[in-house]
Amino acid sequence: MRRMPALLSALIALMLASLTVGAAHVDLRDIFSDDRAMLVLLESRLPRTVAVALTGAALSVAGVLIQALVRNRFVGPDTVGTAEGAALGLLGVTILFPASPLWVRMIAASLAAMVTTWLFLGVIRRLPAREVMLIPIAGLVLSGVLGSVVTFIGWQTDLMQYVGTWLLSGEFSGVIAGRYELLWVAAGAAGLAWFAADRFAILGLGEQVATGLGLSTASVMRLGLAVVSVVTAMVVTTVGMIPFVGLVVPNLVSRVMGDNLRASLPVVALSGAVLVLACDLVGRLVIYPYEVPAGMILGILGAALFLWLLHRRPAHG
Amino acid sequence: MIQISNLGHKIGGTQILHDISTSFPKGKLTALIGPNGAGKSTLLRLVGRLEPLQQGAITVAGHDVARTPTADLARVMAILGQQTAVASRLRLCELVAFGRWPHHQGRPRPEDRTKVAQAIDAFALSKLKNRFLDEVSGGQAQRAHIAMAFAQDTEWLLLDEPLNNLDMAHARALMARLRDLVDRQGRSVGLVVHEINYAAAWADHVIAMKDGRIMAEGTPDDVLTEAVLSDLYDAPISVGRHKDRPLVLHHA
Amino acid sequence: MDRRATLMLAVLALLLAGLSALWMFQGLGAGNRGFILSLRATKLAALVTVAVAIGVATVLFQTVAANRVLTPSIMGFDALYVLMQTLMIVLLGNAGFAGLSAGPKFGIDVGVMTALAVVLFGTLLAKGARDIPRMILTGVILGVLFRSVSQFLGRVLDPNEFAVVQAVSFASFNRVDAALLPVAGVLTAVAVMAAIRLSPQLDVLALGRESAVSLGLRYRALVMGTLALVAMLVSVSTALVGPVAFFGLIVAGLAHGAMQNARHAGLIPAAGLIAAILLVGGQWLFERILGQAATLSVVVEFAGGLFFLYLLLKGRIR
Repeated sequence: MRRMPALLSALIALMLASLTVGAAHVDLRDIFSDDRAMLVLLESRLPRTVAVALTGAALSVAGVLIQALVRNRFVGPDTVGTAEGAALGLLGVTILFPASPLWVRMIAASLAAMVTTWLFLGVIRRLPAREVMLIPIAGLVLSGVLGSVVTFIGWQTDLMQYVGTWLLSGEFSGVIAGRYELLWVAAGAAGLAWFAADRFAILGLGEQVATGLGLSTASVMRLGLAVVSVVTAMVVTTVGMIPFVGLVVPNLVSRVMGDNLRASLPVVALSGAVLVLACDLVGRLVIYPYEVPAGMILGILGAALFLWLLHRRPAHG
Repeated sequence: MIQISNLGHKIGGTQILHDISTSFPKGKLTALIGPNGAGKSTLLRLVGRLEPLQQGAITVAGHDVARTPTADLARVMAILGQQTAVASRLRLCELVAFGRWPHHQGRPRPEDRTKVAQAIDAFALSKLKNRFLDEVSGGQAQRAHIAMAFAQDTEWLLLDEPLNNLDMAHARALMARLRDLVDRQGRSVGLVVHEINYAAAWADHVIAMKDGRIMAEGTPDDVLTEAVLSDLYDAPISVGRHKDRPLVLHHA
Repeated sequence: MDRRATLMLAVLALLLAGLSALWMFQGLGAGNRGFILSLRATKLAALVTVAVAIGVATVLFQTVAANRVLTPSIMGFDALYVLMQTLMIVLLGNAGFAGLSAGPKFGIDVGVMTALAVVLFGTLLAKGARDIPRMILTGVILGVLFRSVSQFLGRVLDPNEFAVVQAVSFASFNRVDAALLPVAGVLTAVAVMAAIRLSPQLDVLALGRESAVSLGLRYRALVMGTLALVAMLVSVSTALVGPVAFFGLIVAGLAHGAMQNARHAGLIPAAGLIAAILLVGGQWLFERILGQAATLSVVVEFAGGLFFLYLLLKGRIR
């Protein structure tokens, strides 16, 4: 495998770059002599860099899973209502139990994300089977409908400010030590998926083959649903939804190395980390010292890549 | 033996199978024949638990299909349905390798690799094994799916119209391979075929179905007669003989 | 037009007149009548203009696309308008464009938008005729792309300003730009008149490309002309209230249901009237009775989205 070293070096290079870029000047060479530089590095730069990489990796893996669950390439955790579900859960907890601790909020967000994703799975089961493209359309509309519910509740309860940070383009400028660690949970959930990689690959082969091979599809579906929901919920709460990562990265990796997930999941995770790191860096540099949210950059790049995927190879659903 | 008793099945209010009782003998090659809509595929899919049982009972080599865990059944029988279009981008060898999954659950042993290599060899896929499924022809993909079922290496092998998409040479090779499984390794095979002469030439046991009922069953010589077939297909059909086996002709 | 259709239009017109009167005079206090009345009249005019623009644009677009589940917004028309607006400021801001008064500026915006939309969506519809779901998905994602680029440009122009993001993301029937209203009203009226003039040809267009061509219609010219009208109408509604994705879907569905007749001469006025009834009635209900003026657009979008999913599940995509 020559891809892994290449991706790893790209990741390291981008992480180093990410550590040096920012409004405050930090020279990596004299962090040990300069207390202030060390502080900026440990409290702000490093957490941000790690957060970006974890987000990219976890969202990409979640994208692979949702695509295997749905057996459709043109969906991602941000286009099937999962993110809106997480926001709905967070809103619910914030309104009903404002004093609840963080872990309660996380569980509520994950559960609500699970419910809305499950709703999406229920909707697409009723769609005509041959119409591959209806699945992503249904997902986008469902997220729109759920999003309007979230907006409505947000307005009614004066929580629009929160809703904005969850669902509008995610960004990492607010990340400091102590405010991103939940992303490790997301990464852990995504890592869990790797152990079941074969099962997800078989699930992607279709109901018939999966049954023939004696796979209990229902339990694999549940696992996939749980991982996708937990990853999305953590990302939504910590940094806000980053669009298109979970959709585009799995497609690009699949084009190159196929869908043998045991081999490809690590590559997917690395590529996702590299992509989001690169976008975050661009966002930090383009109007330096101000920032453009990474989610905005990905909105442009991701949409363009999606259009390319949609039209490049016809009918490879 | 596959034992089927009092099997009924409805799809959307239409009765597809009417109270069927029959058996697929062990150590034989059994062919299901009959006109379109006779219920052959439904019967095979019920045996292979691709559809849930509604009424009646099926046992495969003593395992009750309704109660045995699906993972255990996967080590007793392999089934290949008709729908072989796969959205995943897999190499042929990766697809075939998944046939061993019921045996190792994700941790392949050397013997699993051997079996996969044998299956790839047996279906003449060696040259294609590193190609992606969406880069080969329909017949080649079909052979890869059959090779996967073959690699599953089970006592029973069930195939729903495996000859679809195959040219004459590959169809013949497949039938010869199945014959070899039965004769030399003592396996049992059940398959749905449309072209009756494949059943005439290669099967040990024939089950003829029409309108969800069994019209006749027995050896090819018993079932493939002018009387049975003309009735089965509602068309005059004549039967000749070739190399001591029936030869079914439609230009009567 | 047959008697039933005429009668239906008359009923709808009466209903709208009644609602308008209710809007104008309900709860009118003794003091400062003139001021309140003029305020209400402005808002009524804005609501009706927006409603007619959205309703008629959707009916026209569905005819061109030969599809009953699409709206111009689903396909990214309004996002294109916002992008074009942002681009005009970026490219021409220094050349005094930003300093133009609202009317002429809006006129230029609409002109550019119409040209862009005809080229872009003309190509897309021509290419997508065979694979409608793929075409829809392309339109939706194009919309996302346009929105993202607008947000990005807005951020680059002014890093502390979130107004563009807000304007791209939410519709509001409350913050209508009164200065645009005269131009917007005239444009809408012109576009609707043109559409009604074209309606016999649109009836033929609705039969599909092959029939239309074989019946001797100048197919391509008509498609382009209709798309230009759609672009004008969408520019009007987007400039006045922001993006409204699914409202038109409900309106077009109701218009087809009310008329039971595919003749555009009836369909177009019906769509305009129904849209105006829904918006004026809805705004009255939310603003005066429920006291929550801001939420009408959200509720409309929610209902429209559900209706779209319903159509999808019923297999009405083709």
